[in-house]
Amino acid sequence: MNTPASSIGANSLRSGPDARGRFGAYGGRFVAETLMPLVLEVEQAYRDARADPAFQAELDAYLANYVGRPSPLWFAHRLTERLGGAKIYLKRDELNHTGAHKINSCMGQILLARRMGKTRIIAETGAGQHGVATATVCALFGLPCTVYMGATDVERQKPNVFRMKLLGAEVRAVRSGAATLKDAMNEAMRDWVANVEDTYYLIGTVAGPHPYPMMVRDFQSVIGEEAKLQMMQAEGRLPDVAVAAIGGGSNAMGLFHPFLDDAAVRLIGVEAAGHGLETHAHAASLSRGRPGVLHGNMTYLLQDEDGQIEEAHSISAGLDYPGVGPEHAWLHDIGRVEYVAVTDDEALAAFQLLTRTEGIIPALEPAHALAQVAKLAPTLPRDSIILANLCGRGDKDIFTVAEHLGVSL
Amino acid sequence: MSRIEARFAALATEGRGALIPFVEAFDPDRETSMALLAGMPSAGADLIEIGVPFTDPMADGPTIQAAGKRALAAGAKLPRILDMVREFRRADAATPIILMGYLNPILAYGPPRFCADAAAAGVDGLIIVDLPSEEADLIAADAARHGLDIIRLVAPTTDDARLPKVLAGSSGFIYYVSITGITGTRTASGAQLEAAVPRIRRVSSLPIAVGFGVRSPEQAATASRVADGAVVASALIDTLAADLDAEGRARPGTVGKVLDQVRALAAAVRAG
Ligand SMILES: Cc1ncc(COP(=O)(O)O)c(C=O)c1O
Repeated sequence: MNTPASSIGANSLRSGPDARGRFGAYGGRFVAETLMPLVLEVEQAYRDARADPAFQAELDAYLANYVGRPSPLWFAHRLTERLGGAKIYLKRDELNHTGAHKINSCMGQILLARRMGKTRIIAETGAGQHGVATATVCALFGLPCTVYMGATDVERQKPNVFRMKLLGAEVRAVRSGAATLKDAMNEAMRDWVANVEDTYYLIGTVAGPHPYPMMVRDFQSVIGEEAKLQMMQAEGRLPDVAVAAIGGGSNAMGLFHPFLDDAAVRLIGVEAAGHGLETHAHAASLSRGRPGVLHGNMTYLLQDEDGQIEEAHSISAGLDYPGVGPEHAWLHDIGRVEYVAVTDDEALAAFQLLTRTEGIIPALEPAHALAQVAKLAPTLPRDSIILANLCGRGDKDIFTVAEHLGVSL
Repeated sequence: MSRIEARFAALATEGRGALIPFVEAFDPDRETSMALLAGMPSAGADLIEIGVPFTDPMADGPTIQAAGKRALAAGAKLPRILDMVREFRRADAATPIILMGYLNPILAYGPPRFCADAAAAGVDGLIIVDLPSEEADLIAADAARHGLDIIRLVAPTTDDARLPKVLAGSSGFIYYVSITGITGTRTASGAQLEAAVPRIRRVSSLPIAVGFGVRSPEQAATASRVADGAVVASALIDTLAADLDAEGRARPGTVGKVLDQVRALAAAVRAG
């Protein structure tokens, strides 16, 4: 939200969504009538906040002094040398408080919830990173917090479950459906419908009914805005390529959005190919899905021929979602962003590569982006530049990685 | 005159409201749900809602979620559900059938072809939970072309300023979601209904059916008296679910038990 909407022209790729919350055919507000007035209320409150310089000033102060922004831009020289091609820069959002980019949007949304006079916060979480970030800002402001998490994820992300509880949040294990992130989101929506008066639903990615995809993107765009300035300072020019992992798509939208009108910058979103795109065990909704409606928005979904939603798979719980934010669906259709997919094994290899070359343990989500960087960099000239979003640190993933490497902790 | 219009007009001359029971298609199998559907009119159903299962039923509580899961496991698909309606219509030309579900299965089928096929099968109206009036243009023209009513939902959160927008261009009847919550959880009181229904009547002359949280014969009687109809879903599914065997299969008496409950509800609605 550093760039005022008024300064963006109609021909800009940054002018979306339209008044109906559409990016091309995607997005919208597909929720039950009970929720519709609330969704409209959030939209109005967000528009008011965005127009209020005091809101932005308050957010900026929290981002600087609590989250630790701006995050550094790091020239990864040993990784660059090892890959033997393009220069690789990493946007270090894993250094944020709580260890991922999720807090950028949580901070913006909790300030909005307070402005709206809401006294209770709910959220969904997959890997637990968004749940931890939400529980954190709730502790900071003394608001009760309920986090919905699929029972399967509660089992595989125990450290984050304990963190949320330490922070005072109630973690509700969701057993309906397949008991993963999409079911947690269903359950959070059900809670919201039943508690419309006092509750704010703090969504963790650029999905859900309008205005969430726009609002979360705006709050995450601080990543790309900073990176743009930092690239100019470091290299005197913009990168040739920017790469980010795609779960729901919030870290990628945050990195890409400020670059959308810079046509010379190639943008690459990396989905999770899981066991492989030819199998059914992946989370590549753009590469393999079809448009449909889930969780309040029209977007690409993993679904069967009857429109029933299919389960996603990824080694990374944060990418394990059968949908994707609607703005990505549009950017995919118009070809502005290329979407590729990387397997569990490729992500694991990249995880280890970064750890050994740069002394940075990445989360498994950005390890997918790094795997794509590892494929791409050697094919590009040495004076070209790749910018990758290192959107989370890997502490939460060491148990998963140990298991895959056959190590028992 | 559509079947829905004709039925509500006939009930108005009788001076009573409608009982609208709900049956989840293919729960727990096609045969059982077909027997329920076929048996409902003579048990006292005035209109019937058929639930179309979806993997992610965001507005539904545990009872309908579980019914949907059983139904999907039993092979529920939209074409097969339309086939059930066709079979029903061979014996019953008058009882209105409304399909209730979520948007994505209809999108996957294709709205133009779906509306044509549904109307041809004998469906009268659609309740699409996650299609608010703001997005209704996605299917409105196709539905109108084939004479299908898109039944609009009104909730306690729908304020007076919003009501006319929600009801603009509505047809068939209005579905009043009587609680802020999911299906099968809370129940609205008679007093709450007495306050809510006139609010809608000021904006529309269409019949109003009350759903979400109507469980007992007394509640059905109240809802159909204050409004023009009562939808009962979770209470019937609870009866069905409680009677299933350890493998989740219907027993010989299951259909009869659910239809007995429909009879009790109908008696209360008729008594006013
Ligand atoms: C570190 C990290 N990166 C990425 C994601 C995926 O979400 P998004 O695509 O919205 O950035 C998550 C989600 O949990 C995450 O924790």
